[in-house]
Amino acid sequence: MKHYVIIGNGTAAVGCIEGIRSVSADGGITVISAENHPVYSRPLISYYLEGKTDLEKMRYRGEGFYEINGCRVIYGRKAVSVNTSGRTVILDDGSSVPYDSLCVAAGSRPFVPPFPGLETVGKKFGFMTMDDALELEKALSEDARVLIVGAGLIGLKCAEGICGRVGSITVCDLADRVLSSILDADCAAIVQDHLEKNGISFLLGDSVDKFCESKAYMKSGKQIDFDVLVLAVGVRANTELVKEAGGKVNRGIIINCRAETDLEDIYAAGDCTEGYDASTGTNRVLAILPNAYMQGYTAGVNMAGGCSVHDRAIPMNSIGFFGLHMMTAGSYEGEMTEEKIPAGIKRLFIKDGILKGFILVGACERAGIYTSLIRDRTPLDTIDLELTKKVATNLIFSQESRRKKFGGIV
Amino acid sequence: MKRVYVNEEWCLGCRLCEYNCAFANSGLGDMVLALKDRKIFPRIHVEGNDSITFAVSCRHCTDPICQKSCIAGAISKADGVVRIDRSKCVGCLTCVLVCPYGALSPGEDGIMQKCELCLENACGAPACVTGCPNKAIVYEERSDPE
Amino acid sequence: MGIEFIYPEFEVVRDRDRCIACRVCERQCSNEVHSYSPVRGVMISDESKCVNCQRCVSLCPTRALKIVKSNCRLRENANWQDETVKEIYKQANSGGVLLSSMGNPKPLPVYWDKILINASQVTNPPIDPLREPMETKVFLGKKPSAVRRDSEGKLDFSISPQIELAMPVMFSAMSYGSISYNAHASLARAATELGILYNTGEGGLHEDFYKYGSNTIVQVASGRFGVHEDYLEAGAAIEIKMGQGAKPGIGGHLPGTKIVGDVSRTRMIPEGSDAISPAPHHDIYSIEDLRQLVYSLKEATEYKKPVIVKVAAVHNIAAIASGIARSGADIIAIDGFRGGPGAAPPRLRDNVGIPIELALASVDQRLRDEGIRNNVSLVAGGSIRSASDVIKAVALGADACYIATAALLALGCHLCRTCQSGKCNWGIATQRPDLVKRLNPDIGSERLINLMSAWRHEIMEIMGGMGINSIEALRGNRLMLRGVGLNEKELGILGISHAGE
Repeated sequence: MKHYVIIGNGTAAVGCIEGIRSVSADGGITVISAENHPVYSRPLISYYLEGKTDLEKMRYRGEGFYEINGCRVIYGRKAVSVNTSGRTVILDDGSSVPYDSLCVAAGSRPFVPPFPGLETVGKKFGFMTMDDALELEKALSEDARVLIVGAGLIGLKCAEGICGRVGSITVCDLADRVLSSILDADCAAIVQDHLEKNGISFLLGDSVDKFCESKAYMKSGKQIDFDVLVLAVGVRANTELVKEAGGKVNRGIIINCRAETDLEDIYAAGDCTEGYDASTGTNRVLAILPNAYMQGYTAGVNMAGGCSVHDRAIPMNSIGFFGLHMMTAGSYEGEMTEEKIPAGIKRLFIKDGILKGFILVGACERAGIYTSLIRDRTPLDTIDLELTKKVATNLIFSQESRRKKFGGIV
Repeated sequence: MKRVYVNEEWCLGCRLCEYNCAFANSGLGDMVLALKDRKIFPRIHVEGNDSITFAVSCRHCTDPICQKSCIAGAISKADGVVRIDRSKCVGCLTCVLVCPYGALSPGEDGIMQKCELCLENACGAPACVTGCPNKAIVYEERSDPE
Repeated sequence: MGIEFIYPEFEVVRDRDRCIACRVCERQCSNEVHSYSPVRGVMISDESKCVNCQRCVSLCPTRALKIVKSNCRLRENANWQDETVKEIYKQANSGGVLLSSMGNPKPLPVYWDKILINASQVTNPPIDPLREPMETKVFLGKKPSAVRRDSEGKLDFSISPQIELAMPVMFSAMSYGSISYNAHASLARAATELGILYNTGEGGLHEDFYKYGSNTIVQVASGRFGVHEDYLEAGAAIEIKMGQGAKPGIGGHLPGTKIVGDVSRTRMIPEGSDAISPAPHHDIYSIEDLRQLVYSLKEATEYKKPVIVKVAAVHNIAAIASGIARSGADIIAIDGFRGGPGAAPPRLRDNVGIPIELALASVDQRLRDEGIRNNVSLVAGGSIRSASDVIKAVALGADACYIATAALLALGCHLCRTCQSGKCNWGIATQRPDLVKRLNPDIGSERLINLMSAWRHEIMEIMGGMGINSIEALRGNRLMLRGVGLNEKELGILGISHAGE
């Protein structure tokens, strides 16, 4: 019987476990978990601070998940290397775990630029893990001034999460707009305006030159006094294990659509990987939760001898701040169409007769129809394009394709 | 397994399904009490224009992408029925972003809700089906698309 | 307004406590009675447009609606009644002929309700239809009057073409155009399932329904719409329509607005052109002329199909029927003056023609007296409302009955009598696609089947009570009937005794 080992205990690991078990009930699974928690939903840490969920509800899978799936979890241990010839994973306590089939789902870690004087800051936090959130929570107080470095998804979700529990929040970012990785300038302006109305201050196009205890000196010359510092600059994929074992890595561990690395019987999934982006046709790191699960699931199926291909991944995000929701997907190349609506804005990006990407702010109804147009590469001349630009509705499809879509089991 | 299917040829766009759904899931025994002077948040939605109308609700996919994408692990599938644990949902709308049928929408509280075939309420059979005046919505066993 | 104002006939009563403003009534009313007032946040209604079709009432999920007769009335006057005066106003406003539909609503005598049925007691035991076989099957067509043998003395079994019906009821003529595609689909499917026949009416036969041909009567009327060789071949029988009970002596007029798409193709006339059926057949001015048409149709279909001649019940119906029975026709259909048209001037509808009961009895008697009863089968129509009406009609001499209004009621008709508007909210008398789809033939045919099955059951119960186990044995058996509250003359024409005699 095969023995499976999964390095990591996040969403990709769950996907991998469920993928393995969808094919075979046989064989043990060992999960190596650096964190001392059963799997939880990482994106929920900001909701936890906001009071919208609690530690119990944050559990990604129910009680007994590991037992039911025949998993042994090694908590609080890190994998330090993979011995491909001996087919073992070496842990940080020196012990080794043998594998027949291995999935590296090691995730990512925060990237912290070498700010001068950072070591003099007392209350400084990352915002990636449950432990980060619990630590940060201890530092929150009604009059605390919080400086968040990074106006990306993590930084802004953190800002929303703690907004009601602190005195003030300032977010700074080198980029000249918020959410620069997913929004264009116009949409970012709408979101920024909304965040500002909810009490968040911004310092954009500016970065920290140095810290000195509770003061940040900005490149622009401005100085910010703060009590709590949150660093949310960016993340780096944990590629080292595979790289050192001789596997191919770039910004992430290179995998194919079967979630295989170029090392025998070693798969990889989740934020540590660089996989195929169907919207651009290139490989890239798609560090989003749905992708982690689906890559993990694909890896699991293939590890257990099944056949699964995950070739329709695209970057996509659904996120809301203070009641304003936005959704983005795909790539922003080609011709842009715009539909302004009272609640926000809708932008579609069309190239070569195919929907490539979209940005929706405040108008998210049935957005999955757009997402499926990107994923399926639906030729736009087969649907009602003018209507598509205005609204996401199944009315854009022909009667015949609606009959096929809705007429049977899917 | 039985699922809810909509035949747009017979859909009148009367939207009774939406109201019957909202009522069925209100937990109340009186439709007036449940729906009067309220905006409704049904789990089935009528789409269409002047000439074509059809209702859309969860398809209970064999391989539900909403379940795989849910960041809170709130969506699960058992006995063929895709369900959502509303206590776990944080309303991020990722399921809305991925559902290719546009079948999901949040409830009044911003937390997601979805068609669970009226198995969780007191109806016994999907209220949209029993209330459809033209048999445009049916609850039946089907194989592949006809 | 002012002198032209006529107070609306109905009032829309909305229970504000129940109304949840779901706007289903608004979406479902083609007359645009209901609307939502965003300013007031409530539903409002314009009852001047209401025809009391009850669609909104039926679909309102909280039963917040009812339609009542307006009690804003003129001063009471037994001679100048409210309705009479308002019709005068309408005509003074418009200068036009009044138009209505779906049968005579006046309180003229309904003889069915004055005829009672016999039952067996003691000396001739009743039959329990749940235990004993009970035959409701009938055959329509010319029957031989005597045993025939060939030159070698062998029995001659040949017989004119017949229609076989599982029960003595058929759906009478309603044209595609006057009623919708889905209404026709419902009738065709139900007739097929039930083993009876429906009738195309004069609008031709949609190509989709040729497959139901063996349960179809194809009609040839004065407009000859949609008549061609395949059409005649398609049906199980051919009906020549000479007249219609609700509007004897006048033709028909289907406005060009209803001649759209498939209706135009099926009728074989251009889109948008008015379909005008002349009052007479322009080639029939005598029984001899009729005979020519009967035989033309028989010739065209190789004498394989019975020919029905349908006439309205008018004063000298017995003599007319006698002529028809000699024209070569196989079946005579008589339509009484309570029949429901798709559109008719109420002056004719309410004042021209005679009741089917009297017409049927006198025709049956006349044909018997002349010894030609077996030349034809008789079909009675014009407001057959129930299984007991069927029983009474058969006992008065009918071989079978035609029903139409009852069938439409099963399909959802609420007898608002505004078919002529083309805005039927029940999807029956309309060609507007958004309204037509309201009649799902899955539901429609099922309801027709339900209705006919129920009637068949009742017919068997009543037959059993009379001690009769075959409907054929009831035909013309007037001893099974008695009249109540009828005068000597009426009893004489009906050929029945008074109750107690």
